[in-house]
Amino acid sequence: MKRIVTAIVHNRSGVLNRVTGLLAKRQFNIESISVGRTETEGVSKMTFVVDVEDNRKLEQLTKQLNKQIDVLKVSDITDNAIVARELALVKVISNPQIRSEIQGIIEPFRATIIDVSKESITVQVTGKSDKVDALIELLRPYGVKELARTGLTAFKRGNQPQQAEVKSYSLLN
Amino acid sequence: MKAEASVKEQTATKTGADLLVESLIEQGVDTLFGYPGGAVLPIYDAIYRAEGSFDHVLPRHEQGAIHAAEGYARVANRAGVVIGTSGPGATNLVTGIADAMMDSIPLVVFTGQVAKGVIGTDAFQESDIMGITTPITKHNYQVQNIEELPRIVKEAFHIATTGRPGPVVVDIPKDISSEVYAKDVIHHFHLPGYQPTLKPNPLQITKLHEALTQAKKPVILTGSGIIHAGASEELRTFVRNYEIPVVSTLLGLGSYPGSDRLSLGMGGMHGTYAANMALYECDLLINIGARFDDRLTGNLKHFAPSAKVAHVDIDPAEIGKNVPTSIPIVSDAKAALKALNNKEVTSLDHKEWLDKSWARKADYPLWYHQKDEDIVPQWLVKKVYDYTRGEAVVTTDVGQHQMWAAQYYHFDEPNRWVTSGGLGTMGYGFPAAIGAQLADMESTCVAIVGDGGFQMTLQELSVLQERGLPVKVIIVNNQALGMVRQWQEKFYDGRFSSSIIDTQPDFVKLAESYQIPGYFIDSPKTLEEVLPDILADDKPAVVDCRVLQSENVYPMIAPGKGLHEMIGVKP
Repeated sequence: MKRIVTAIVHNRSGVLNRVTGLLAKRQFNIESISVGRTETEGVSKMTFVVDVEDNRKLEQLTKQLNKQIDVLKVSDITDNAIVARELALVKVISNPQIRSEIQGIIEPFRATIIDVSKESITVQVTGKSDKVDALIELLRPYGVKELARTGLTAFKRGNQPQQAEVKSYSLLN
Repeated sequence: MKAEASVKEQTATKTGADLLVESLIEQGVDTLFGYPGGAVLPIYDAIYRAEGSFDHVLPRHEQGAIHAAEGYARVANRAGVVIGTSGPGATNLVTGIADAMMDSIPLVVFTGQVAKGVIGTDAFQESDIMGITTPITKHNYQVQNIEELPRIVKEAFHIATTGRPGPVVVDIPKDISSEVYAKDVIHHFHLPGYQPTLKPNPLQITKLHEALTQAKKPVILTGSGIIHAGASEELRTFVRNYEIPVVSTLLGLGSYPGSDRLSLGMGGMHGTYAANMALYECDLLINIGARFDDRLTGNLKHFAPSAKVAHVDIDPAEIGKNVPTSIPIVSDAKAALKALNNKEVTSLDHKEWLDKSWARKADYPLWYHQKDEDIVPQWLVKKVYDYTRGEAVVTTDVGQHQMWAAQYYHFDEPNRWVTSGGLGTMGYGFPAAIGAQLADMESTCVAIVGDGGFQMTLQELSVLQERGLPVKVIIVNNQALGMVRQWQEKFYDGRFSSSIIDTQPDFVKLAESYQIPGYFIDSPKTLEEVLPDILADDKPAVVDCRVLQSENVYPMIAPGKGLHEMIGVKP
C-alpha cells in the first residue's frame, strides 16, 4: 500500500543520506522523495511516498525514522485531509502544426507551456500524482523527449474532520 | 564560574586537540583505547601533554582497541572511549562499531580525518567514515568548527549512554584538532530530536499487572536492557513477589541469578528445553529489555503462540518489530520494574505451571558424555565455572565455545558476561577481556575463546605482556571452526569445507614469546591438576586446551523450526 509520510528534520549535512540509507537498509521502497526548507530556519521537511506491505512495516518505518537524532517529527498523513502536489516538466516533440492540438489537451489540466523550440515544447503541470500521470499518458503519443518529476510534497489541511476514534499507541492492537 | 573563566583564559593558547582532552576529562573518562596515526597526531600530542589524566591503552590493531572498549563498557557500565586515525585506522574500527550497535554497547569513537580543505579529494588516508558508519552508529558527527567541538563531545557521550545505548562516532579533521583556539566555545546542547521515554505509562503498567494476576502460565524473558538499566535488584524483587519462571536471552545472562530455582536458563537456538518449552506454552510472556532476536524466537509462527505478549523496551521501534505485542511499555527497565513492584502483590494461580517447568528442568538437563582420555568442551567450561566459583568475568567469541559458556557458566550477577551476541564477531573475546579486566581489576577475567577466533586478534597478547594484566585465555581448541563444522555435519552431509584447521601454532611457545605463561592441556587429568592454579594466580595465562572435535552443541533448534521442535534434548 502507498503511504505519504512526512519528516521534519534538522537541515544538517548528511541528513538526507541518513534517512534514505535507513529506508534502504530496512528494505523500504521509496517511490518519491522531496526535500525543502520550511518556515523555520535550519529545519527542512521531507515528503516520501513509500510502498509498504502492511501496517506493521509502516509502523517500523515511522519508528525507525523517529529514532534518528536529526529527525524531529514523523507523520503518516495519508489518512488525513491533506493537500498534496507534485510538479512535472514534460518535453514533447511538436511542430507548429500540432502545437495548438497539445494546447487543447493540456488546458483542462491547467498546465502551461513554459518553453518552445522548433522541434519541441515543454509543458509544466502541477497537481496530485494521478493528474500528472494522466496528462503524461495523453502526451505520450506525441513523443515525450524528456520527463522530470519533483515527487510529491504535502501537508495537512488547516481544517481536519473530527476523527471518530483516537488511534492507540500500537498499530497492532 | 571560576572554572569556566579559567578555561577561557587557558584556551587562548590551546588547540582543538586540547579542547577534546579537556572535554574527555570533564566527562570523567579515565581509560582510552586508541592507536595513533597521521590525522590524530595533534590529539596524541595533547594526550601526551595531559599525562596522568588518562590511562591510554595501546592495542596492536584498532579492532583490538574497540573490542577492548566494548568489554570495558560492558563491565564498567559506562561509555568505552576509542581513538583511531583516519582511513585504515577508522575502517579497522568498523567491525567493533557494528558489534556495539547490535548489542547496544555505549561507545564514543573518535576518528581522525584529513584536513577539511582536502576532504573529498581522495587524499592520503582519507575515508568517508561518516558515510561508512552512518548505518552502524546511533549517531555520528564530523566536526566542522572548533567552537562546536566541546558541544559535540558532550552530545556524543549523552547519546551513547542514554536511552538505548549505542556507538557514536566523532570524526575530527586534522586542521580542527591542530587549530589554535581563541574564541568562545559552545558547551550547552539541546537535542529536540532525541528525547527517549524513560518512565512507563501508568495505564500500561496497570494493564500488565492485571494480565499477570490472571495468568496461569506466566514467564519472564530477560534481555540485556535490564543490565543496561541496572535493574537486577528490581527484577529479583518482581520475580520473588510473583514466583515467575525466568528465561534469559544470551545477552541477558546474569540479569537474574542463573543458579536460582526460578531460572530456566537461556532460551533460543541452543537454549534449554525447559526454557524453550516455557516460551512455547506460556499464556503471558513478559519481555523486559530483549529484542526478540531470530536466534531466540526460532520460527516466529511457533513463538509463544498462545501468549499475551507484554514488552518493556526503551526503544519503541523494538516493540512489535518481530512479535505482535498486546501490552507495549516504552520505558527504562528499572523504572518499569519499580512501577510494577509498587502494585499490590497478589499470589498467582500457577502452581501447576511452576511444577511443570521445574519438572522439565530436572528431566531435561543439559547433557554430555564424559570421557576418560579426552576433554569434553562442556566439561571444560564446567570446570572453569567450578574453579572460579562462578564469580569470574567471562568473555567469548562466537560459536560453539560461546554457547557452551552460556550454557554451563551460570552467571549470578550482571556485568560479568561479555560476549558478541548480535553481530557474532570472531576475535571479540580476547580483546574484550583486556577491557573487562581494566574495568574490574579485582575479578578473575577469563577469555573463553575458540582456536579460530583467538587467531584473529591474538596480537593483543602484547598488551598483557606490557601491563602484566592477569587475563586468562582458555583456548577451547578443537582444531576446527566448530559451529561451521557442526552445521556442515548436520545440514551439508558432512562436507567439512574449510572448517577443519589441522595446522596450528604452538600456542605455548607463542605465549612464551610474549613472556606470558603458556600451558598445553590435552587430558582431563592434567586439566584438574593445573587449571585451578592457573585461574587462581595473578599472572596472565594462555591455556591451549585440546578438546574433542566431534562434540556438537545441543540441544538445538534447527533453522526454520519452532521452539518446540528441539533436537538433542536427551543423550
